[in-house]
Amino acid sequence: MEGIKTENRKGNNGNRKQELVCIRCPIGCMITVTEQEDGTLGIAGNTCGRGAEYAEKELRNPTRIVTSTVRLRNGKQAVVPVKTAADIPKGKIGECMDAIRHAELEAPVRIGEVALADVAGTGVDIVVTKNVAAET
Amino acid sequence: MFDVIIVGAGVSGCAVARELSRYDMKTAVLERASDVCEGTSKANSGIVHAGYDAEPGTVKALLNIRGSRRMEELSEELDFPYKRNGSLVLCFEESGRRKLQELLERGKENGVEDLCILEREELVRIEPNISEQAAAALYAPTGGIVCPFGLTIALAENACVNGVEFYLDTEVGKVEKTEAGYRLETSRGLFESRTVVNAAGVYADIFHNMVSSRKIHITPRKGEYCLFDKTAGDWVRHTVFQLPTQYGKGVLVTPTVHGNLLVGPTAEDIEDKEGVYTTGEGLADLLERGNLSVREVPAGKVITSFAGLRAHEDGGDFVIGEPEDAAGFIDVAGIESPGLTCAPAIGEYVADLIRKRIPAPEKADFIAGRKGIPSVALADAERRQELIRENSAYANVVCRCELVTEGEIADAIHRPLGATTLDGVKRRTRAGMGRCQSGFCAPKTAEILARELGKDLGEISKAGGASLLLAGHSRPQGSDCVEMSKEAGHTDRLLRQEGREA
Amino acid sequence: MKKKARILVVGGGPAGLAAAAAAEAAGVKSEDILIAERDGELGGILNQCIHNGFGLHTFQEELTGPEYAERYARKVRQARIPYMLQTMVVDIREGERDDNGVGKIKYVTAMNKTDGLFTVEAQAVILAMGCRERPRGALNIPGYRPAGIYSAGTAQRYVNIEGRMPGKEAVILGSGDIGLIMARRMTLEGAKVKLVAELMPYSGGLKRNIVQCLEDFGIPLKLSHTVVGIHGKERLEGVTIAEVDGNRKPIAGTEEYVSCDTLLLSCGLIPENELSAGLGVELSPVTSGPVVNESLETNVEGVFACGNVLHVHDLVDYVSEEAENAGRNAAEYVLGAKERETVSAVIGIRPGLGVRYTVPSLLRPGHMQEEQVIRFRVGDVYRDGALVVTFDGTPVMKVNKRVMAPGEMEQIRLKKRKLEEYPGLKEIRIAVEPADSLRA
Repeated sequence: MEGIKTENRKGNNGNRKQELVCIRCPIGCMITVTEQEDGTLGIAGNTCGRGAEYAEKELRNPTRIVTSTVRLRNGKQAVVPVKTAADIPKGKIGECMDAIRHAELEAPVRIGEVALADVAGTGVDIVVTKNVAAET
Repeated sequence: MFDVIIVGAGVSGCAVARELSRYDMKTAVLERASDVCEGTSKANSGIVHAGYDAEPGTVKALLNIRGSRRMEELSEELDFPYKRNGSLVLCFEESGRRKLQELLERGKENGVEDLCILEREELVRIEPNISEQAAAALYAPTGGIVCPFGLTIALAENACVNGVEFYLDTEVGKVEKTEAGYRLETSRGLFESRTVVNAAGVYADIFHNMVSSRKIHITPRKGEYCLFDKTAGDWVRHTVFQLPTQYGKGVLVTPTVHGNLLVGPTAEDIEDKEGVYTTGEGLADLLERGNLSVREVPAGKVITSFAGLRAHEDGGDFVIGEPEDAAGFIDVAGIESPGLTCAPAIGEYVADLIRKRIPAPEKADFIAGRKGIPSVALADAERRQELIRENSAYANVVCRCELVTEGEIADAIHRPLGATTLDGVKRRTRAGMGRCQSGFCAPKTAEILARELGKDLGEISKAGGASLLLAGHSRPQGSDCVEMSKEAGHTDRLLRQEGREA
Repeated sequence: MKKKARILVVGGGPAGLAAAAAAEAAGVKSEDILIAERDGELGGILNQCIHNGFGLHTFQEELTGPEYAERYARKVRQARIPYMLQTMVVDIREGERDDNGVGKIKYVTAMNKTDGLFTVEAQAVILAMGCRERPRGALNIPGYRPAGIYSAGTAQRYVNIEGRMPGKEAVILGSGDIGLIMARRMTLEGAKVKLVAELMPYSGGLKRNIVQCLEDFGIPLKLSHTVVGIHGKERLEGVTIAEVDGNRKPIAGTEEYVSCDTLLLSCGLIPENELSAGLGVELSPVTSGPVVNESLETNVEGVFACGNVLHVHDLVDYVSEEAENAGRNAAEYVLGAKERETVSAVIGIRPGLGVRYTVPSLLRPGHMQEEQVIRFRVGDVYRDGALVVTFDGTPVMKVNKRVMAPGEMEQIRLKKRKLEEYPGLKEIRIAVEPADSLRA
């Protein structure tokens, strides 16, 4: 898999600067976040508090839910959909996918069943998101 | 050693094969594609021309009228879709009347029945969507429409049932004269035959020129088409041609035998014998020209567009027969329009030529008839019930747009010269021909193909060769995969595995 | 074989399931309802939409498609509503005779492997067949016709259900949500997604998807671009993309060749109304879905429509809500709970400036609930504009909107009391009031 973009651009003065489109509502404000040398964040362009919160999270600790499929043995379909039970750090998506890619389950499987515990050391489980019966 | 080898499983080659299959001779068809009907025969107007176009006395004129007269009976014998819907040639200005009259006279001379000139009033009555500009028309009630795949596949299947050997995925590289006849080098080894029928479409000049010093030259003449949804299928009832105008050679607007509307073709001479690409300009141009004939074709209802290549020989006529310096090598070359119409007559004509050389007796057990794949879409309730009673797979709808069932698809795969590809199924059953253009049914059809042919889904292709549908599994297969218990806590094993791989 | 049902639901996707469950909840006996589903399981297209983001409105949690589908499938199973799988409805016809005063019988012809060809006599029919994707042919993209060109949904099925990859290097045309989601799926599964081209100057997809499906993976989104050429005779080898002008026509000289073995198309969805048309249901040329009144009833009495067969939705939550409404109304219809008005005032709801259509487009005040939701889409991107509702030309309501875009459905809630202030009302119009010369 190609690298997931996590790098931030360096500003001229050594400050980290990043431009984001806020996704908390359909307005889609363009937010500029600048990390000062003392570690504080300068957030501009947002039009509400949720925007600032989003920007801070995206800069400090961006996380994502990962959804994919796990190979299924003797199932009515070849793979079964799964997701991370909670969001995981964005930087862990690649490792998470590597683990998912090599996993296998045996049908029947039920929604919520743990397919992989503590994926990529995140403390988050990969859980099944579809009931799939065994091939009869 | 074959008696006859036919190069090319298009409509001409298959028509010849079917006629030869009446006689006790060893006949083979070599086709480079993975299915029959993969070249010019699959991308054309599907018209059975009445026969007023060709210059009286030409081979074209002779075969056209014969083919046109033969088509209906053949469609019943071999069970393929054909309809005599009549055709119209429009003239847009008074000066065109003379030309209409000429066509009428020429048609009469060629033996076309029931031709007449219709005035605008009458024209509007039979074709309410005819354009404002149409002044008058030549009406040919014997003109018709045919399913080009249906015709070609029916001929091929019947030839196959009667003992003709078909070698698909077999590309002829070189043809050489030998003492006994001809030797053909192919992608699947050497073939030898007493006679050769060169029905290689746009490639026929290449094979001809290998054995004859009297060179011929074929130009691929590209024609682009737009096919419309069945809801536009009644835009016209007749096949509507145009007299050439200041806008150039006209395009036709016609219903298809399956109830779609077809507009095309453009005409562009190209170099590439594989150049079946459409262009933005071509598609825009043909829609515009179609609008000369009829009230605004409903462009929003186009479901697909395609291009075909007519094999245009420099002389402008069909090249059928033996070159003087290549005995036993029979050309069926330069078969452009009205080649589809002529096919049944070409078959008979060429079979006669061959029999002069190889006077084999007729087979006592020749099977003249053939039943096509039953169509659930066309069947009435009673017939549907009957089919379903026979096999419940006829109740499992796979292609929802054209109402094609699993039963029909399985039939298409298992009959003689059965389908092995998605396009093969499509041309035999119409699965994927409808308005969603196989968006829903392609995965299911591919699955049925894999199951019935005992293949993996990954081996199924659109049209053979490199046209595979899929590029592997999303997950490692077999031993590459870590066995997982259903309890949690197997991460360690997984990580060990990862370590080994790294 | 003959079957009977008071309510027959065509389609067991999110719309059909919610409609059936709601009809049962509204008092129709479960055995009097029948769902006909063409696929091998309930849930429809949600089964292949394995990404998260479903159900935020309905369940206040983020579910994946299969999980969301299962919630409604469970409702149907728990209510013991009968359903038939792998069953294709092939024809619906209105009968001549009245069925105990309920209205004309609907003869629904269907096929499956177990029952063969059969007819269901139904008092009411709920159309919930969903939609299909616009194929390459309908876009008239020129070039060759090799393997490797898929609608995004077809590719989604291959990847998410069959565990197969449609290709290794992809270009995606159209930035609708399915296209964006597939860009991420293909990338996570190891394919290289080279770019997403969008004909319009804006994306039709949700912001969140642009960020999390494209930006996260560095996939370029090329707005005002389209595919103008398809190369490769057997399998796709590449596409030519070009920039388009304000009239969406390719600009000469901007062509660029991009090698790829896969082209995914995410260029719009079309409600699948062939059955409806065969029945004589009037269809809107804008939505391609049935014209319905406040009860989501079509011009054919006792035939209701909901979900993507009615108009293409952005969120499944709205599908469920709409379908529940259709189910309740169908229940009321068959139970005769409402007096059937022979002559009734009908108010037309018309799209004004900037609004493409409205659902419903007819409103019978006598049948109206306390509140009527009217859903619609706008035709362009508007910033800092407003939605204005007028009653026979008199403005009665104005809602300011920071942003409106064609990709997201808008809605207006009309109160019954408000309508009662305007007796004899003929026409309700909903229009966009753009900010002064600030149209984006």
